[in-house]
Amino acid sequence: MGLETAIKMTGIVKKFPGVIANDHVNLDINFGEVHALLGENGAGKSTLSNILTGLYRPDDGSVEIAGTKVEFNSPRDALNAGIGMVHQHFRLVSTFTVAENVVLGESDSSLFMDQKAVAARVKELSDRYGLAVDPSARIWQLSVGEQQRVEILKVLYRGARVLILDEPTAVLTPIETTELFKTLRAMVAEGRTVIFISHKLDEVMAVSDRVTVLRGGRNVGTVNTRESSTRDLASLMVGRSVEFTRVQREVPAEARSIILNVTDISARDDRGGIALQSVSLTVGRGEIVGIAGVAGNGQRELAEVISGMRAMTSGSISVQGEKVQSGKARSAIAKGIAHVPEDRLHTGLASSHSVEDNLALKNYRTMSRFRILKRKSIRAQSTDLIERYDIKTPGSQTPVRLLSGGNVQKVLLAREFSALPKVLIAASPTRGLDVGAIETVRERLVQAADNGVGVLLISEDLDEIMSLADRILVMYEGRIVDEVPAEGADRERIGLTMGGIKL
Amino acid sequence: MNSNILIIIIASAIFYGTPLFFAALGGIFTERSGVLNLGVEGTMLLGGVSGAWASQHVGGSAWFTVLMSIVIGMIAGGITSALLAFLCVTLKTNQTVAGLAITIFAGAVGLSSYFANIWGVAENPVPRQIRRLDVFGLADTPIVGPIIFNQTILTYVSWVLAVLSTVYLFRTRIGLQLRAVGESPQTADAMGISVVKYRYVHTILGGALAGIGGVFYSLAIVPTWVDGMTKGAGWIAIALVIFGFWRPSLTLLGAYLFGALQSLGSTLKARGVNISGDILDALPFVMTIVVLVLVSSRFAHRKLGAPAALGVPYEREER
Repeated sequence: MGLETAIKMTGIVKKFPGVIANDHVNLDINFGEVHALLGENGAGKSTLSNILTGLYRPDDGSVEIAGTKVEFNSPRDALNAGIGMVHQHFRLVSTFTVAENVVLGESDSSLFMDQKAVAARVKELSDRYGLAVDPSARIWQLSVGEQQRVEILKVLYRGARVLILDEPTAVLTPIETTELFKTLRAMVAEGRTVIFISHKLDEVMAVSDRVTVLRGGRNVGTVNTRESSTRDLASLMVGRSVEFTRVQREVPAEARSIILNVTDISARDDRGGIALQSVSLTVGRGEIVGIAGVAGNGQRELAEVISGMRAMTSGSISVQGEKVQSGKARSAIAKGIAHVPEDRLHTGLASSHSVEDNLALKNYRTMSRFRILKRKSIRAQSTDLIERYDIKTPGSQTPVRLLSGGNVQKVLLAREFSALPKVLIAASPTRGLDVGAIETVRERLVQAADNGVGVLLISEDLDEIMSLADRILVMYEGRIVDEVPAEGADRERIGLTMGGIKL
Repeated sequence: MNSNILIIIIASAIFYGTPLFFAALGGIFTERSGVLNLGVEGTMLLGGVSGAWASQHVGGSAWFTVLMSIVIGMIAGGITSALLAFLCVTLKTNQTVAGLAITIFAGAVGLSSYFANIWGVAENPVPRQIRRLDVFGLADTPIVGPIIFNQTILTYVSWVLAVLSTVYLFRTRIGLQLRAVGESPQTADAMGISVVKYRYVHTILGGALAGIGGVFYSLAIVPTWVDGMTKGAGWIAIALVIFGFWRPSLTLLGAYLFGALQSLGSTLKARGVNISGDILDALPFVMTIVVLVLVSSRFAHRKLGAPAALGVPYEREER
């Protein structure tokens, strides 16, 4: 195994409005190793790999490839320097053949392509690395696992020495995963480098030589996989010593009657895959139940099913014993379910409409006569809510997209709370907000619970869940895999179950 | 005698189908890159009026004048669709709206008629026309003579173009990359292909070809300038692209089918067949509507091989 340094990243800083995605990250990656990048969502893994592949430019810091300083302006530059990326969402033209996809964008000046030569080269590469796929097959005919092999072949065909795989196992069956790992080992045995981005601890343990753990945009440690354990990695990933204060609340015991009852619900995701598998949970009056988990494990679908935006394939949902119709948002609203979706500007609000119209979106029926809206009532409601929720806006008729993130969220919360809900589903309610706004939103959630609303808080921010929730459920691959009371909860245990380790 | 009518109908189907094919071929290139051009009708009219002007004002031999008319028609069409490309690719506006705007702006009651007015092209028949040729002196050969050897130069050019563009689209690297841009601009971008460049080039190329179609109307079919003379040929061309499954060869056949429908009225009338002219004139458009209805469902679109990103502006993923 070579020990020559393939990639040296020094002091990488990348800021996005309101967030520091990478905060002075140093990273050394050698030729001939599988180097895992481990971290929760938002830890900065994707940003770092996008910098390596030329999609983003770092604000500060330097990148060296095999000892030479480089600056990439586009994915093409990175490819030319031997760095190839296998995206989580494949970049393939589905009506083209495998061979056509492989040669796409190749900087070859010949007018016609030599189909036979390409097919032969693809065949040779696929034999060498066990990436079985027919060069003349069309992409839409292939399974997801085969499509991923085409993505890898594409990168190898361009002569990449460093391959970055972003959550490559997310779409694979266990058998395909095993085959992929064999391929990765075969590639590093030849001196190539694989950067394996994942949040699944057991897979990182199984395939990598070294692991770098990112948390909150920082590199919190690089360890040799053999000298580490899932437990060590989990605690590095979620952070042990972050100080957080639990919000102390007193909820009278008799108030804990179950208000939301979710029984055995299953649902599909947008692509028709299984997103939820027999999920059951309850939320009591005045209780905050936190759902922890890495994004993409069914949390979004769970929120959508409960709020009636997505149909369930089986199971039932009831609020105080009254059944909510599957996939009917209006039924959910009628039963008293409020929803703060994670994509607030697209799903939560009509972003180019005014503040007052957005505030009236849910109860406009009560403010109309003969189906004609009563503008006066709408404006009065808006003035009142802007005042009570302290929404900073130039006016009642300002489009919400012009407001800051925190005020957008306040508009959403004001609308949802003013409907006097019994249950509130809040999905990542503080994501992307600044510290002050985060405080406000959290206070509102606690206030709602104090008033007897059952709150289901879905968040990737474990600190947030641990400081707000009374009870914590952990989701992994569409199931609830663990349940712990938040009081005195063990972060390590939650970190492990989030990463798919069975206790 | 009956077979005689059939030959005349086929020969004039090819004649009338030629401008349709040019416009539709342009549409194939444009749509293959992922841009929907609903401005074809307006583009053809601007090409037609520019060609008519050139025919009246460019001196030299007859051949040179005709050539210049075609070139100037192409330039006019190219400029018109460069505007469309700017709206759709750079400003990322709704492509349907942009295309309709171009047709209204350039169309029968718009810019083309205005130019015709100030240039005074409408007053006289165009002096130098695109005429039917007598190739190898074989125009009088029975059957194949009128059909094959008595067509205009542009018809012969269109046959060559049908072959060349098929090779271009399906055999060359550039063609492959063009199709990738229309199918999956994200993929193309990730592989270092410039989505913007491909879309601009092929939208402009498409407009230039539509311009030739317009010149064919003002220099061969009518041949004089009449406001709105294409009478919806641009819309037929858009339907033809779908009808031909975005393939030049099938589109050529489709163009001749519609050409036959267009010419049927005058041919039959000349032969004394008594059918209402209005019904015959309406036939191509009835066919167009039928074709469009048949293929407009999303499902059919996919099956027929429409470029997956057709009509969708491309924006690079940013966070």
